[in-house]
Formats: sequence, structure tokens, C-alpha cells
Amino acid sequence: MDVKNPRNKKDIGERPPAGKRSKPPPSHEHIALADRDGVVGTIMLAPAVIYVAGLVAIPFFLAIALSLSDATVGNPSIHDFVGLANFFSVVHEAAFIFALRNSIIITIATLVVLTILTIVEVEILARDFRGKRLAEILLILPWAMPVALVAVCWLWLLDSEFSPIDWILRAVGLLGPGTVLGPANNLYYLGREWLGLASVVVIDVWRMLPLSTIIVLAGRTAIPNELFEQAALDGAGFFRILFQITIPGLSTLLIVAVLFTVLVIFGDMTIVALTTRGGPGYTTEILPYWAYLKGIQGGALSQGAAVALFLFPVLLAASILALRAAYRGEAQ
Amino acid sequence: MAVLEVRKLTKHFGDIKALDGVDLATRDGEFLTIVGPSGCGKSTLMRLIAGLEQPTVGDVLVDDRIVTPLPPRARNIAMVFQSYALYPHMSVADNIAFPLKARGVAKMERQKLIQRAAETLGIQPLLRRRPARLSGGEKQKVALARALVRKPSLFLFDEPLSSLDAQVRAKARAELRQLRDRTGVTTVYVTHDQVEAIGLGDRVAVMQRGKLRQLGAPQELYYEPADTFVASFIGTPPMNLLDGGDVIVGFRPEHASPRALAPQSGDFKIFRIRVKQTEFLGSEWLVYGSVHGQSEDTKVLCKLQPASIAAVKVGETQEFVVPRGQLRFFDKATGLRTVSPPL
Repeated sequence: MDVKNPRNKKDIGERPPAGKRSKPPPSHEHIALADRDGVVGTIMLAPAVIYVAGLVAIPFFLAIALSLSDATVGNPSIHDFVGLANFFSVVHEAAFIFALRNSIIITIATLVVLTILTIVEVEILARDFRGKRLAEILLILPWAMPVALVAVCWLWLLDSEFSPIDWILRAVGLLGPGTVLGPANNLYYLGREWLGLASVVVIDVWRMLPLSTIIVLAGRTAIPNELFEQAALDGAGFFRILFQITIPGLSTLLIVAVLFTVLVIFGDMTIVALTTRGGPGYTTEILPYWAYLKGIQGGALSQGAAVALFLFPVLLAASILALRAAYRGEAQ
Repeated sequence: MAVLEVRKLTKHFGDIKALDGVDLATRDGEFLTIVGPSGCGKSTLMRLIAGLEQPTVGDVLVDDRIVTPLPPRARNIAMVFQSYALYPHMSVADNIAFPLKARGVAKMERQKLIQRAAETLGIQPLLRRRPARLSGGEKQKVALARALVRKPSLFLFDEPLSSLDAQVRAKARAELRQLRDRTGVTTVYVTHDQVEAIGLGDRVAVMQRGKLRQLGAPQELYYEPADTFVASFIGTPPMNLLDGGDVIVGFRPEHASPRALAPQSGDFKIFRIRVKQTEFLGSEWLVYGSVHGQSEDTKVLCKLQPASIAAVKVGETQEFVVPRGQLRFFDKATGLRTVSPPL
């Protein structure tokens, strides 16, 4: 007791009068660095800003500078300003029209097929059925496959002689001399203009389907089940529910998924580079691959940059629309 | 107008018997409320009637026609969900138009019907709005307009008032009742709130653990409960149930009064109640007490008029009397109502 007493007294003595017991707010120096919003915000944002500046902004402005110069791989100086000469020169090449046309065709065809297949897959996965887990794993698989493996598989599937697809078609009597798809014994998918383009579209869809399905499936499960039940009670059949309830409910995420696909497909050259390589001739050429061929393989850096810049307006428009759709979705 | 009937309706979800052989029939144009604690199977019953689920056993009949195998859209039954399930991307007018479009009603006719439904519920100014911009009460009216615009043979309501706040709720209840009176459509209304069920229903069905306990007029349920569950579920506060030797004795809180104030002559049963606490409710007083039983004390509630509260002393054991005519007896084993035992 005696030991404790003095301390107690001291405590009582130091206690501020009633009503003023809370401490005054600590002065500025006492706030830890991590408590200051300005500092924390700057630190958190820095990696993103550095990334965007270093890997997006600088290359982009460099590309513009290159496209206005006569730089080559051997002499990558951008000091010689040639105006729009590179643009006029590439536009007049025969390959340009093919590349532009094919880029547009492949992107639009991929979008249409992808949208339809996404809705079908989402509708299937939104329901309960036996083996749903397995279906979900199979669905995600293309996304998880390494590109090299993908290329080998597809090149084999589309091989000019040993294609298993051709083998099946021959076995069921659709291919070969005297049949519908005959008279040749093979279809030569990558050696023909339209079959080549179709092959690229099929691979693009196969590659993008997992992502778009997962994006849209998230939206599908967010629609309350009562809405579908209400529609059924209101007398709507399967297709009326699909087109008037489900798809409008998914529209925001569907737009996001579709525009994201545009961004990836329109600017991507890997599938064409691994399959048709633009051939035969320039018939399956696309803009990004042609830019690569011209600028890196051909050494004409400035012309490659000019070709690549033709992608820019489309990608910019798609990005703006995607962001707008995403914001609109958030606002709802 | 139509008559709804369910026969031996049973629904199992795995091992759970959500609905266990329910037989029920409405009258033409009746407002039938179904009430019970959560998990009693009332919502399952409603979903089976609507066709959103298929029964394990049993049939649903509308006007003596078996509709069990029909999908919801072929049954001409309108349902209003607790959440109202308005289509969020459609305006109010388009929401109301949806069931008409699904039935292929021509545009001119559709406009007319939408206008009439909107007038009935007083929502003409809201027709162009999106559901996100409506209050809870307005949403309910839109859901009702959408339900009645197609002239269904049956209305189903699944707790439509429970997402409204208390003030709007009382008003919405009155409107629901008026709407039914005006349209005359047979209505089945599910709720967990016995006050709502008693207040709204022409008849009330009480359910517990997948079974129908009692079906009757509100007064019948209140004064003549079929078993101890109904007795303890209906009424605020519910019926007092006490150990009466071979049977369970029940009486309503308002039928008890202090012995000192009871007339000398009369056929009364006396209960010795230890008064724990009293509560002022405005027009009456609530007395909390307990009766000493064979094994344990049983809680008892009495409702007294302000004039008689002076005779009650908190903390003391007092004698209360209940007229013998107001006593109800239940079987100890089954809980079912029995005739009054020999004295």
C-alpha cells in the first residue's frame, strides 16, 4: 500500500482537470511517415508511374520519332527528319492493304465468335451439372498453357500432311479424291489465304475464351437468381430471358471483355508469326507482324515504326471505350 | 379468379424434408396467408405452387386442373418476391410491359394496360424511371403493377413487406389489402410475421417443420388453436401454456385477472402466479410472472386493464383467475387440442 500510494498520488496530480482529459492532437512532427497520406500515396503510385513512363510513354514517343526519321537497325539515329515519307512509302506497298485488311478481319471475326462462345460457356457454367468442376478446369486450361506448347500443338493440328483434323475428315469421308472437300488429301490450312485467316481466328478465340468467360461469369453470378425466376413467371422463355434479362445484365462486363480482346488481338503478332507467317505471299499478313518484319527483320526501323503507329488509333479508341464501360459499370 | 389446391405436396432437399405432405385449398378470390417460423417450408410451398421447383411427391391444382408438370410461364401465376426482382436495366414502364411482351400483346393494347395498372397503383409519374431511382415502397408498387397487369389467375406474395421500414409497411399492408379487394384475384401471401398474417388474411395457414398445423379464420386460430404450436405462435404475447396434470392448460394473457377483482360467483380456475415485473403498454399493462410447476417454473404473461393493475404487487405470489370457458386443453404427448378434461 505504502509503496503504491505515492505513485497513485502522482498520477492523480498529473491528471488534467475533468473535461479536458483528451490529449491535444500531436503536432506535425509526431506523425509517422506511413501515416501521411501524401507520402504513402506517392510511394504506392511510384512503381506504376515509373512502369508506364519507362515501358509505355518513352517507347511510344520514340516510335513517333523513329517513324519521322530515316533510322535503320544499323544506324538508329533519329536526327534526320524525313516528315511523313515513311508513312507514304508503307501505304503504297502491296502488303500494307493485306495487313490492314487482315488485322481488321481477324479482330472482328474473333470478337464475334468469342462473344457468342463466351455467352454459351457462361450460360453452361452458371448452371449446376455433374462434372462442373472438371469443365471449369478444362475451361481455364488454354490460359495456363505455355505459348511454345500451344504453338507445337496447333502446328501439328494444322499440319499440311499429318493434320489429325484432316485424318478425321478423311475417315468420315469428307476429304480426299471424290469428296466434298476433295480432291486433295489435305486441306493445307496454313497454306491458303482464307483457311489461314480462319486458323488464326480459331486459335485466337481458343486463347482468349478462358479470360472473357471468367470475366463475364463473374457478372453472371452477380445477377440475382430471383430475376430469372421472375422472368420465367412473367412468361418469358429461354431466349427471351437470355436476350432481355441475361445479356443486358452482362452488357457492361461483356463490353469490357470484348474490348480487352480487341486490345490483345489487334496488337498481337505471335499467332501469325507461329503459324502462317503472313503467307502465302502477304495474304495472311497483319499489321503488327509486318511492322516486326519490316523494322526488325528487314532493318528499316523507321518504316516498322510507321506501320506500328497505324495500330495506335484503333487501340486508343478501344482503350477509351473499355475504360468508359468499366466506369459506367462501377457507377451502376 | 381461381381456386388453388395442393395435394400431399412433399419436397425433399437431400435428407431434409422441406415440405411433408401438405394438403391445402383456397376458396375463390380468397386472401390466404401462410405463416410460420423460418425454415417451416412456407417459401418452398410457394415456389412449388409457382413452378420454380418440382415436388418430390404430390400435385398442384389450379381450378381442378393439375399444373404440376407445367413450367412457371404456363401457369398464369404472378409472384412478387421479397426483393421485388425488378429488371434493373428497364424503365418502370418496360418492367410492367415485360409480361405482356412475353405473351405477345400488341403495342397499343400494351400501352393501355400499362396505363391502367399504373393508375391503379398511383405510379404514373414513375413510369420513365429506372428501378435504382425508386424508394422501397415505390418498388413494391411497380412489382405489384407488373404482377397484376397480365390478369393472373393467382397472386403469390413472398414476404413482400419485410424489406420496407416500419412506417411504409403499415401503409403498404393496407394498400395490398385494397388491391386484392379491387381485383378479386385469389392471393396466397407468405410471411413469418403472425401479426401481418392475422391482419391480412381471410384465412391463415400455420406451418411448422414442413407440415400444415392449422388452417382457419384468424379468430379461429386465435381462440381455438389446434395444437400447442399454434397456441404459442399466434398472438402477441402468445397463449400461456401450463402444466395441468394430465394435460397442458392454456389461456390467453388477457383472460387472466387478479382474484381480488373477480366476481365472487363464477366458474373460475385459480392460478398462483409469482409476479416478477410489470410493463406499461399504454392501453394496458403486461404482467410477467411464473407458475410453480412440478419440475420447473413456467413463465406466464397476463394482460391487465389499467384499472386492475393496482391490485398487482411485484415480487409477491398472488392468485389470478381465468374463466373456465377461456381455458384450452392440449394433449401432453402430441400437443393436439383435446376436449376439456373431467374435473
